[in-house]
Amino acid sequence: MTAPWCDKTGHEIREAVVRGDVTARVVTEAHLARIHALDGKIDAYTQIWEEYALAMADRVDEKRRSGATLGILAGVPISLKELMCTKQGETTCASKMLAGYRSPFDGTMVQRLAAADAVFLGKVNMDEFAMGSSTENSAIKTTKNPWDLGCVPGGSSGGSAAAVAADLCSMSMGSDTGGSIRQPAALCGCVGIKPTYGRVSRFGLVAFASSLDQIGPLTKDVRDAALCLNAICGRDPMDATSVDLAVPDFTAALTGNVKGLRIGLPKEYFTDALGAEVREKVMAAIEVLRGLGAETVEVSLPHCDYAIAAYYIICTAEASANLARFDGVRYGFRHPDAKDMRGMYVMSKSAGFGPEVRRRILLGTYVLSSGYYDAYYLKAQKVRRLIKQDFDEAFEKCDVVLGPTTPSPAFRFGEKTADPLEMYLSDIYTISVNLATLPGLSLPCGLSSSGLPIGMQLIAKPFAEETLLRTAHAYEQNRGFDMGKPPIA
Amino acid sequence: MSRIGKAEVEHVAGLAQLELDEAAKERLVHEMGDILAYMDQLNALDTTNVEPMMHALEMTNVFREDCVGESLPREEALRNAPNHDEEYFIVPKILEGGNA
Amino acid sequence: MEYEAVIGMEVHVEINSKSKVFCACGTDFHAPPNTNVCPVCLGMPGTLPVLNVDMVNKSVAAGLALGCTISRWSKMDRKNYFYPDLAKNYQISQYDLPLCHGGYMDIEVNGVEKRIGITRAHIEEDTARNTHTIGGGQSGVDFNRCGMPLLEIVTEPDIHSADEAYAYLTLLKQTLQYLEVSDCNMEEGSLRAEANISVRPKGTTALGSKTEVKNVASFSGVHKAIDFEIKRQINVIREGGAVLQETRGWDADRGVTFSQRQKESAHDYRYFPEPDLTPIVVDEAWEQRIRESLPELPQARCKRFQTTYGLSPYDAGVLTAGRPMADYYESVITAGADPKKAANWIMVDLQALLTDAKQEITDCKVAPEHIAELLTLIGDGAISGKMAKDILRDIFETGKTPKAVVEEKGLVQISDTGAVEAIVRQVAEGHPAQVEQYKGGNEKVLGFLMGQVMRASQGKANPKLAEDLLRKLLNG
Ligand SMILES: [Zn+2]
Repeated sequence: MTAPWCDKTGHEIREAVVRGDVTARVVTEAHLARIHALDGKIDAYTQIWEEYALAMADRVDEKRRSGATLGILAGVPISLKELMCTKQGETTCASKMLAGYRSPFDGTMVQRLAAADAVFLGKVNMDEFAMGSSTENSAIKTTKNPWDLGCVPGGSSGGSAAAVAADLCSMSMGSDTGGSIRQPAALCGCVGIKPTYGRVSRFGLVAFASSLDQIGPLTKDVRDAALCLNAICGRDPMDATSVDLAVPDFTAALTGNVKGLRIGLPKEYFTDALGAEVREKVMAAIEVLRGLGAETVEVSLPHCDYAIAAYYIICTAEASANLARFDGVRYGFRHPDAKDMRGMYVMSKSAGFGPEVRRRILLGTYVLSSGYYDAYYLKAQKVRRLIKQDFDEAFEKCDVVLGPTTPSPAFRFGEKTADPLEMYLSDIYTISVNLATLPGLSLPCGLSSSGLPIGMQLIAKPFAEETLLRTAHAYEQNRGFDMGKPPIA
Repeated sequence: MSRIGKAEVEHVAGLAQLELDEAAKERLVHEMGDILAYMDQLNALDTTNVEPMMHALEMTNVFREDCVGESLPREEALRNAPNHDEEYFIVPKILEGGNA
Repeated sequence: MEYEAVIGMEVHVEINSKSKVFCACGTDFHAPPNTNVCPVCLGMPGTLPVLNVDMVNKSVAAGLALGCTISRWSKMDRKNYFYPDLAKNYQISQYDLPLCHGGYMDIEVNGVEKRIGITRAHIEEDTARNTHTIGGGQSGVDFNRCGMPLLEIVTEPDIHSADEAYAYLTLLKQTLQYLEVSDCNMEEGSLRAEANISVRPKGTTALGSKTEVKNVASFSGVHKAIDFEIKRQINVIREGGAVLQETRGWDADRGVTFSQRQKESAHDYRYFPEPDLTPIVVDEAWEQRIRESLPELPQARCKRFQTTYGLSPYDAGVLTAGRPMADYYESVITAGADPKKAANWIMVDLQALLTDAKQEITDCKVAPEHIAELLTLIGDGAISGKMAKDILRDIFETGKTPKAVVEEKGLVQISDTGAVEAIVRQVAEGHPAQVEQYKGGNEKVLGFLMGQVMRASQGKANPKLAEDLLRKLLNG
């Protein structure tokens, strides 16, 4: 199925809208039509905001007719992960707990995208409360990988990645706590960036693990990622952890020039645990960058083996508190049979949360409970410091760290659901980036023999998103092959 | 031998206000046991002189000025509540002195 | 066996910021239910707290006034427990690194000074209010109070009697009101006191198991509740029983404490650092700025009133009980009044008018300069003390100046010798019998004649002058 405009990037659409080659309405209608035609197979969307999207598009077109300056995302059709607070529609976090929940406010990121004249098509699926790596933990539906409908799209921003890969939107807003943008981006062949912790306001992002969560875009190319960051980054008085730092024009970093760039290759990332095909594609990508004048240097991240353990202690501890508010008092699910207070809590929570969420709440409660705090939580925060220091030292020798995003391409449904620990281990390369608060970007670097996308990850110093984007863009423009499109209709 | 027992799972569930049937308890004894055993590998690291990273950022003193802004209209505030009247959120009877 | 009580106090004070501690909602106590609420203080998904700087400033001021060390580095923590008055089911509070710690207050009980250690004072958010008026076995929750700025002040177990607890609370309230950081209004719940009480045989050091008495509506209630609880615990032990560790309420009508909830086990609050907020760093310069802005505190001011103005300890205590009254008094002095006379007029006459009118000194229409003016008029003999009282009542109601009232009502005292002498002569001539009695040695009749002089002068004759002239005439 050919779909005019749907295969375009955000910056291409914006330019066309600004030039008057197309109206935002036409672009939006094209996307809505494709969603109706295709999403029955992919199941990326949880809400389609037909009228709302067209109204937003019409406002953009009206603005153009009136001669006003158009925003940097004018007419760009965007989908939002189910945990982004919006006044429009529902904000369910793909949980039974929040079915029907209507947020009384738009999150800061949503406001900024709207101010940049973007068009919201609707919301997309995710693992319940962003807990998962396959989107199989959604209470709403099962999202498929457009490259192979028998495979997971990754998670937790699986709906975002699938929607972008299947051209069901131009870009999608995800959130990343331990790899939830980068891993699905890798498995679906998109670009996904997790900005430095503090770059993007978390106000309006339903919290999973507050010290690790960060919002970022999943896009079709690196330029779109830069463009989107231009719109959403910057200090927000509603988020005390948003950093008061000037936001550069990220698109200006896309120079194509990586001469003399020092690329660090962590020896711990290229072990036997890394699948052969992924290794091969990542190594080929390194050669492309070398060919462009970049230098490579071996670096070491000696504590990276401890990252998953530290991560699951910290994120479950924070989650156990963050999710305590879902008690059926002010919003959310309340069990109809609850007679007394304790019954209201226990029955509502037990029935409202899915098994993975319950498991993480229990783990987090355990590691914080009396007698265990020092052994788990405190210890994990010390290890977090060691992991950050590893990166600090690595960045004395290099400008950007390069490695795989995931050990292997997309896995099949049910493959890892039986053993939660097995699922946790699939986040091995992405998690330490969150622990160290660094910016990380995943971009496609080839297809596996079975036609599944493979992603590579770039990591930079705090607030050095420009280095990531410059490197990724240089590779993307010179990789010498076309990723093609998923083999759907 | 699992890292934790059923009694501990029950205790933690009580703290978290979750109820578990017997099968779930059995399963969690193993799942949580495996995960906690995996977490125990941190003990291999000597972290004696390591400052815990209690805050993600180095920033301090991020405050707001003492200004009154807009509150929500009451209907908006109550709109999502499973049970409410015109003025209040309604919950099952709260026993006197029950709070911490 | 003799027993002694060991008491520690936990006081929660609502800081009088304009907005809540983590959001921009207002703090009006009288707002209708659930109208001072927003997504942040309702704990709605996706919201984040941002700390109100006014809360930090006022908490540091309170800490300094309580002799505390201000932490150079402190942080907020999450205290996890489930209750419907807690929007997030965790309270943002401070755990191991409170903003203020290690202070003291010197109280005085029966003339003996005693130091009460302040363990800590920390920032937290208040909880919502539950009503029990909704029918059908249900409660209503009002989140207006949720997120109000709250300072928790905890003492060492240094208190040994209800009197000491009362004195501590009184001084604490007085101090915080001097700082203007809280209304400390117990009725509106902006000050709430809990007492942790245990008893032990005198001379021993181990602590007995304690009860926590809370939800008491007044200081005198706290006094009575502690008294009752000490006696109750001693009785339990004397009868061979054991004191249960529990929370007890106070039934003011029956004058007894009653069991509210027994602690099955210690709470497991699972504290951990609040990741949504940055640490609080109060450097020396910031602390110094606040220290320099502190007003003179009540105890120091009371001592100064005694030494500078020669007031009795009692008078100084009354005048410095509240900062507005002490400020008022000093303004009267600055306006030139005699300190002792001013003290008397304010404490007796003005206070009586305030009490009758149920007014605070801050609402009073009588300007401090007017009290000084009144005292000058008396001193000059322009008006009598009796006239001054009437004038004060008048200006209390109208806000006019004393001189204006004097002129308006023609209340000027007649101190002109010739004029008074004329009245005296007239009275003497009109009462020959009484004059004779006086001359015959009946001194008492002088009072009658003086009364006649005052009546004839419509109360305006300078009484001292009139008496002198009358004696002179009768003796002459
Ligand atoms: Zn609020």
